[in-house]
Amino acid sequence: MKKFGNFNIAALVIGFSFLYIPIILLILFSFNESRLVTVWGGFSTKWYGELMQNQGIKDAAWVTIKVAFVSSTVATILGTIAGLVMTRFGNFRGRTLFSGMIYAPMVMPEVIIGLSTLLMFVALAVDRGVFTVTLAHITFSMCYVAVVIQSRMSSYDDSITEAALDLGCTPFRTFILITLPIILPAVISGWLLSFTLSLDDLVIASFTSGPGSTTLPMKIYSMVRLGVTPEINAVSTILVGLVTLGVISASIIGRRQKQNIIKV
Amino acid sequence: MKNKQKIPGPFKSLLSGRFAVIAIPYVWLLSFFLLPFIFVLKISLAEPIMAIPPYTALLNWGDSWLPSIQASLDSYLFLFSDSLYIKAYLSSLKIAIISTILTLIIGYSIAYSVARAPSRWRGILLMLVILPFWTSFLIRVYAWIGILKTEGLLNLALMTIGLIDKPLIIMNTDLAVYIGIVYSYLPFMILPLYANLEKMDMSLLEAAADLGCRPFKTFWTVTVPLSLPGILAGCFLVFIPVMGEFVIPDLLGGSETLMIGKVLWTEFFYNRDWPVASAVAIILLALLVVPIMLYQRSQEKAIS
Repeated sequence: MKKFGNFNIAALVIGFSFLYIPIILLILFSFNESRLVTVWGGFSTKWYGELMQNQGIKDAAWVTIKVAFVSSTVATILGTIAGLVMTRFGNFRGRTLFSGMIYAPMVMPEVIIGLSTLLMFVALAVDRGVFTVTLAHITFSMCYVAVVIQSRMSSYDDSITEAALDLGCTPFRTFILITLPIILPAVISGWLLSFTLSLDDLVIASFTSGPGSTTLPMKIYSMVRLGVTPEINAVSTILVGLVTLGVISASIIGRRQKQNIIKV
Repeated sequence: MKNKQKIPGPFKSLLSGRFAVIAIPYVWLLSFFLLPFIFVLKISLAEPIMAIPPYTALLNWGDSWLPSIQASLDSYLFLFSDSLYIKAYLSSLKIAIISTILTLIIGYSIAYSVARAPSRWRGILLMLVILPFWTSFLIRVYAWIGILKTEGLLNLALMTIGLIDKPLIIMNTDLAVYIGIVYSYLPFMILPLYANLEKMDMSLLEAAADLGCRPFKTFWTVTVPLSLPGILAGCFLVFIPVMGEFVIPDLLGGSETLMIGKVLWTEFFYNRDWPVASAVAIILLALLVVPIMLYQRSQEKAIS
């Protein structure tokens, strides 16, 4: 065995400090009494209270939650089907294009996706709003779900499905009774991933939203442009906390199923 | 349906069911991912006008049955006549290449160390990598503003311990953009590298060591070549989106920082020149088609 040397310890300590110190400082300064983000004025939760008074942020949060909930649910259904198609349907005609459309949105710059989706909505005279943001979020989230499902599907034995089909079980019943329970942890992490992707998205939402459908990241972005304030730190801390909770619960669900790596 | 009767009952339903299952996600992606690019292409050939929507129609139906086509390459010619755009593409390319290399070096050290850590730590360490990957991009970029700005925490810390007398100017420079990109994209590099390094056959490394190969040489001649698929996947996951990055240059970069994603945003939201924004997107897409296809191929190979 190669030993775990000083270099490895140093890489981990420095690497994780780099990854975490900015977030820790951000959280710390959300509890700062002073309005200045660099001077510690004592512990206070007043910025959270101020947040609760901010109607703009509350409206944006509500829009974001609605969009994230609907888009992640639809994306999970579509993405699960897509993952199934990628792994269990062999070489059908047009498969290369299909897998291209699954992988491309994951790396494609968001400005391109945002612009193209918006231009289509404008050309087809679709009113921009919560609905269009949701459609755009479903489209890129389902690709992530498909990849999560795909990596789960390709790592278990398929003979049990074949046995069910041979014994006369219909494909749909086979999916519900056998495949779905096996891939359920991946379906749940796919849903959680879609939810956070939608919750976090600024660029695509900025292109596809209309009046009255400002999402939380859009609201935060416009506040950041005006300057750094403890209020932004407070709303960020809440979001970071929610995501942390989600990731930890997803990993517990995953570990229970002895499958804990979320591959990209 | 000519051969409808030839297919026995249950098999037929299986076939049509199969078709429907493929069709659902296929049609969705065709309509909401691929089809929009046709509109981008179309509008990039139109001319900007003061109207809603702010571009001219490509097809003029008039009163004849055949529409007259009104396409103009003005937007593309404009991109090549104004050196700003070419500079922005080149500068994006430079920033993307340098930050991919930096991310690879840092990401490899972390992924390698996580993969070599005792197995009872690995779960926790991996979780620590995944967590920032799930955390909002915007928030993680925002976190750096308070650190990097002139009266920020980094300068405060460095001046307190007496390393510097005058605050360093990092905020709104290219350096801040590099820090932001490496920081934001690091998990995208670590995850595929780790997935690859963790599976590596350790007996190969032992064989090299037994035969007298030095650890450093073993690393370069055995470990690195074996982890090439992970390196490629990680580099694509960083390089391609960074080419069109908007949030990081906008929040951390200065007026000097030229990146094409920011140019596209400005053309669209501030200048309201939709044809030029579309042309910028089409050329960026053309530059990225080959890397995206290579990425797709590397992913398909990894799955099968």
